[in-house]
Amino acid sequence: MKPFDYARVGSLDEALAAGAGGGRYIAGGTNLIDLMKLQVETPAMLVDIGRLALDGVEEIDGGGVRVGALVPNSDLAAHPLIRAHYPMLSRALLAGASAQLRNKASTAGNLLQRTRCYYFYETAAACNKREPGSGCDAIGGFNRIHAVLGTSASCIATHPSDMAVALRALDAVVVTALPDGEERRIALGDLHRLPGDTPEIETNLRPGELIVAIELPAPLPGRQLYRKVRDRASYAFALVSVAAAVAVENGVVTSARLAFGGLAPMPWRSAEAEAALVGRSAGTETFEAAAEALLKDARGYGHNDFKIVLARRTLIACLRDLTA
Amino acid sequence: MRITVNGEAREVEVDVRTTLLDLLREHLGLTGAKKGCDHGQCGACTVLVDGRRINACLSLAVMHEGDEVVTIEGLGTPDRLSPLQAAFLHHDGFQCGYCTPGQICSATAMLDEVARGWPSHVSDDLDHVVLDDAEIRERMSGNICRCSAYPTIVDAIRDVANAERLAEAAE
Repeated sequence: MKPFDYARVGSLDEALAAGAGGGRYIAGGTNLIDLMKLQVETPAMLVDIGRLALDGVEEIDGGGVRVGALVPNSDLAAHPLIRAHYPMLSRALLAGASAQLRNKASTAGNLLQRTRCYYFYETAAACNKREPGSGCDAIGGFNRIHAVLGTSASCIATHPSDMAVALRALDAVVVTALPDGEERRIALGDLHRLPGDTPEIETNLRPGELIVAIELPAPLPGRQLYRKVRDRASYAFALVSVAAAVAVENGVVTSARLAFGGLAPMPWRSAEAEAALVGRSAGTETFEAAAEALLKDARGYGHNDFKIVLARRTLIACLRDLTA
Repeated sequence: MRITVNGEAREVEVDVRTTLLDLLREHLGLTGAKKGCDHGQCGACTVLVDGRRINACLSLAVMHEGDEVVTIEGLGTPDRLSPLQAAFLHHDGFQCGYCTPGQICSATAMLDEVARGWPSHVSDDLDHVVLDDAEIRERMSGNICRCSAYPTIVDAIRDVANAERLAEAAE
């Protein structure tokens, strides 16, 4: 690890002051410390926010739930409110990482974790995300785990989070504090950015901005699930994952939310696929049309071509199960 | 910094780059927790911090100022083994033994998570956990055993879980 300064802060104001001064926030640290060991990340200053009182899970007006930024992934998955009203979120969290990592990983940190693209991790490789302008060795390289939607000529890395996929389907809102103490609310779909020609910029957070909570709107109608397809039965990143909530009345889909992991540089939502479901009869033809809408712009890079077929089949299977 | 390890208050001076694992092994001489991958993938470094299992390799020592850490050395001693330590011996839940301290620390916390009703990826019902072999395997997936002693590791953990259940029923 490169040398760095470390400060543990005791209040939000202290944290924001340190963040405004260029400090890098650390909570669980399971991803950041890993990357620091490899010198992929070399922060000059770590601001440890781990002891701030941002670890509550509480009901809010309008029937939603507010989750503190520092709630560990394991606690959030097991929380009675999440289990009862947002089971796809519990399922997504439980499908991610290992128990040891979930115990340490925070809610906000999970959202901000970096890609697991092997060329991003390998400092001898070209990677525009790690070293802007150096190129992308994944394009034309080993790209079995890479994205098929939302990619650019600069970067085809996926966002690795399972939790974020469920939050995208749930229309979660990210609540932040700006360096001047002002609060900002960001729809989850506006938190992450597509790579374009600046893959090193992964979110729309401003310098020193700190996530303090995630708000979940009132529970969705109908049934919901999170399904993750991966190379191992446990402790592996998604090749394809689906967070879906579907309500059906008299055989007709009345509402649908669909978000996807493993396919794109950010938790992916497909309004077109949802539109292909709503108002149609819940059956194979409708489900195939939704998959078609999801994947019409998909592009494989060789080793990951299979993901397009896998995503289609996984989505259709999920929709069948939810409407059976 | 101050930290309590296996019930003993310690005061140590460390470089901020020191991981919790290196603090335990290199500064405090507690070599039970092992350095396998050093990237949170193998689980050999698993210790309990305030009762929760974590990868000691992916945490900075300074982040644990004031915390209570328990390592394999704190769970039991050769003449006073913890139930899981005894069960791993009885069932031969290892071959080379390198992953064993992590396995046992991990399993110790895992049984506590089950007692609190925490579901897992393989729980059919998020609100009702039955600790069968599939549950044990899923919950222990953060601990790799390259000798592949998994069948006997599961045997050992199942035994202790059953004994705890019987003891609870008897109360």
